[in-house]
Amino acid sequence: MPAVELHRTTLANGLRVLVVPDPATPVVGVALHVDVGFRSEPEGRTGFAHLFEHLMFQGSESLEKLAHFRHVQGSGGVFNGSTHQDYTDYFEVLPAAALERALFLEADRLRAPKLTEENLRNQVDVVKEEIRLNVLNRPYGGFPWILLPPVLYDTFPNAHNGYGDFSELEQASLDDAAAFFDTFYSPANAQVTVAGYLDVDETLRLVEKHFGDIPARPAPVRPSFAEPLPSADRRQAVTDAHAPLPALALGYRLPDPAADLDGYLGHALLASVLADGEAARLQRRLVHADGLVTDISASAGLMGPLDARDPDTFTITAVHPAAVAPDRVLAAVDEELDKLAAAGPSADELARQVARWSAGLHQENDRVMYRMLGLGARELLYGRAEIAVELADRLAAVTPEQVRAAAESLRSSGRGVLLVEPTAAQEGNE
Amino acid sequence: MTTASQDTSGQHTPGNAVPGENPRHRSAEEIGRTEAGPRPLPPLGLTRAVPLPDVEEHTLDSGLRVLVAHRPGVPMVELRLRVPFAGDEPEHSAVSELLSSTLLTGTTSRDRVGIDDEMAAVGADLGVSVDPERLQIGGHGLAEGLPDLLSVLADVITSATYPDAEVARERDRLIERISVARSQPRTIAREALQRKRFGDHPITREMPTGDDVAAVTADQIRALHAAALVPRGSILTLVGDIDTAAAIAQVEKALGGWTSDVAARELSPPPAISPGDLQLVHRPGSVQSQLRLSAPALRRHDPRYAALQLANLVFGGYFSSRLMENIREDKGYTYGAHSGVEFVPGGAVLGVETDVASDVTAAALLETRYELGRLTAVPPTEAEVEAARSYAVGSLLISLDSQGGLASSLSALAADGLGIDWLRAHPARLEAVTTEQVAEVALEFFAPSAFTGVVVGDADVIGAGARALGGITGP
Repeated sequence: MPAVELHRTTLANGLRVLVVPDPATPVVGVALHVDVGFRSEPEGRTGFAHLFEHLMFQGSESLEKLAHFRHVQGSGGVFNGSTHQDYTDYFEVLPAAALERALFLEADRLRAPKLTEENLRNQVDVVKEEIRLNVLNRPYGGFPWILLPPVLYDTFPNAHNGYGDFSELEQASLDDAAAFFDTFYSPANAQVTVAGYLDVDETLRLVEKHFGDIPARPAPVRPSFAEPLPSADRRQAVTDAHAPLPALALGYRLPDPAADLDGYLGHALLASVLADGEAARLQRRLVHADGLVTDISASAGLMGPLDARDPDTFTITAVHPAAVAPDRVLAAVDEELDKLAAAGPSADELARQVARWSAGLHQENDRVMYRMLGLGARELLYGRAEIAVELADRLAAVTPEQVRAAAESLRSSGRGVLLVEPTAAQEGNE
Repeated sequence: MTTASQDTSGQHTPGNAVPGENPRHRSAEEIGRTEAGPRPLPPLGLTRAVPLPDVEEHTLDSGLRVLVAHRPGVPMVELRLRVPFAGDEPEHSAVSELLSSTLLTGTTSRDRVGIDDEMAAVGADLGVSVDPERLQIGGHGLAEGLPDLLSVLADVITSATYPDAEVARERDRLIERISVARSQPRTIAREALQRKRFGDHPITREMPTGDDVAAVTADQIRALHAAALVPRGSILTLVGDIDTAAAIAQVEKALGGWTSDVAARELSPPPAISPGDLQLVHRPGSVQSQLRLSAPALRRHDPRYAALQLANLVFGGYFSSRLMENIREDKGYTYGAHSGVEFVPGGAVLGVETDVASDVTAAALLETRYELGRLTAVPPTEAEVEAARSYAVGSLLISLDSQGGLASSLSALAADGLGIDWLRAHPARLEAVTTEQVAEVALEFFAPSAFTGVVVGDADVIGAGARALGGITGP
């Protein structure tokens, strides 16, 4: 990223503030990151963090139901929210003229959201439709982000379904919502990021004006989600009534990015060397030379790179013809990993992947929304938005030896192996 | 799990606290109010005008139109090459899909890996997609690598060889991908809708069958490339941190050798949509239903287009629309409901779509028809039009605030015979629309009687309820 100014402050109530000016754009973005994700939701309430995210759009003390959407869009802006392993974000991007309005909207719901039984029941229905759309009524629903974690992890926070079971969503009560808000949505457990066309001093004044009088509450103590590394392969099969072809996912543990960022980035580049582009190792071997899989991909991070604290997952996923046994796919992946663990990638091979990463980061930074969310998430998760700024340089400094070591660490540890098996004959084309 | 938060208010409501959750917390009602009470919404500040960059335009001797815009910000360049690529032959869809899958797999001087390596070295990527109307090669790369990117582009356009082995492998993969795509409810619904509204016009052939693809030979692909992947009628758009004159010279140098005697093939306009019953399409075991309704609309050139855009927003074109507020935020029938204008050769069509649980399919259809009728009988209010107008202007600004967004917009507009002047003037057109004009287009284009469409779902579950509403045919 080119030179980026990061301005920080912490309000008296503990709310962290990150302000990032960009004189070149006509738009401004406001994001609220709350330090709670689906890993923190209580047992018996799977899907609650995500359901609660929906409730935060349902009105607040100064805003009737629907008013939040209408004010953002009626100011010419766009909005969204999303629930991740370790955080939940809420954001809007608008013409710069709407900056104060956006801060007002975010502050009002962080101060006093209107949690009602009627809105809760309505949003349980909406979330169930979201799950039907994205999981139940389509092939490969929840693959691999819902299906793989229970294979690799043992504890509830890491293993459970973050979208939630219908029965547990239906049991969610208004009192659950109140307890969740009071516990996790303390200003001391949240961070506001403002990025785009803005004046830094004026923005800091407006943040104080709108968020400053939210009463302080203690931040919850963040539990450790650590689990021992798996020592062996753990395998599970699930059936999929809609899938025409089998699929498989491999899950490995990643280094802790907070403690060993370079080790983590070695894994990120390993994923690229394995699967990004026609020249990548697994594309050449499994897709083209051996014809074992239709498509294959690899990724550091269950929901993307540098998007969670430890533990997080390195994934390899593939869709393959029914005639190919999954063990043939696994054997070929292992052979390619062994080659990389022995000799590493060539310097040119790695340089090409770094160039593609660098270009991809430039593209992200060209949109206020992605730049803001990237900075905000790294600031919240690791306390260093600078990670997003320095990422291109840090990746460029990763050596072939570090990528080799990443491949070796995958080969020397246990892993989760998820097999997705079509249940029936393919659906008709009606 | 445990939490360690302590409520300091001294008040709490004992309730059904989840095991392990701290029971000392405020009630929902206490959380929702403060001593100070509700606060006023801050006014908007001054809108900042942003000049769009000038677009340099140049037509090569071959007939290729080149559009270049200097837009710094990040050191990248975005590329879009749009080639009209229609065909009437029954096998056209299968041959063109496989051409698009194999265009980047070999030239007289580079193999598949070599092509990719060369692009990766300058942080570049190219992708090929095809539909019944056009073939598009889209990509991006570091701005300093533009000559390399153009050199690879020129090589595949003028010297692609479609190696037999690559064609054979990609043919298998394409067949497998088609089987996956056809198991997606949205694909099934889209195919049914296209047939319902456009009959057997070539615009409906968005995805070939596996059998059609299995029959395609490498020679057929090479013949189609020679006959149809041609510069006259095609448009190359470049946007990025580049010097426009230098970029045009680089294009001239790289693509000057791409010539043909014939012009690229434009898709003929599809037949006008005729209103009629919705077709019920049976998908056994489906837990949701896809509602897809469609009616005629207006092109961007039409003086009433801006009014139609606002009417559409109020109906279902954004989150704060009547349809979304009704069937999602009030009824909880769906995760999303959307309406929008889709451009087709020579015209435009309106589409309304939502996916809903099987047991509320009839109810959601009833509400959708109700909202269509309501838009005509109870036209958008002043406040609704103002909100839609602000959103239309603001979201246009946001969508153009990146190299990729600007490149895609310019490419789509150019294909429709419009340029950046249209974009520059569009906010003023939106500002000028009156509430009466919105009511007029609402009456003409959103009347329930103007629509046709499909409902895809488990007919054994949804059939009786949907049929009882009338205007439904099928199993």
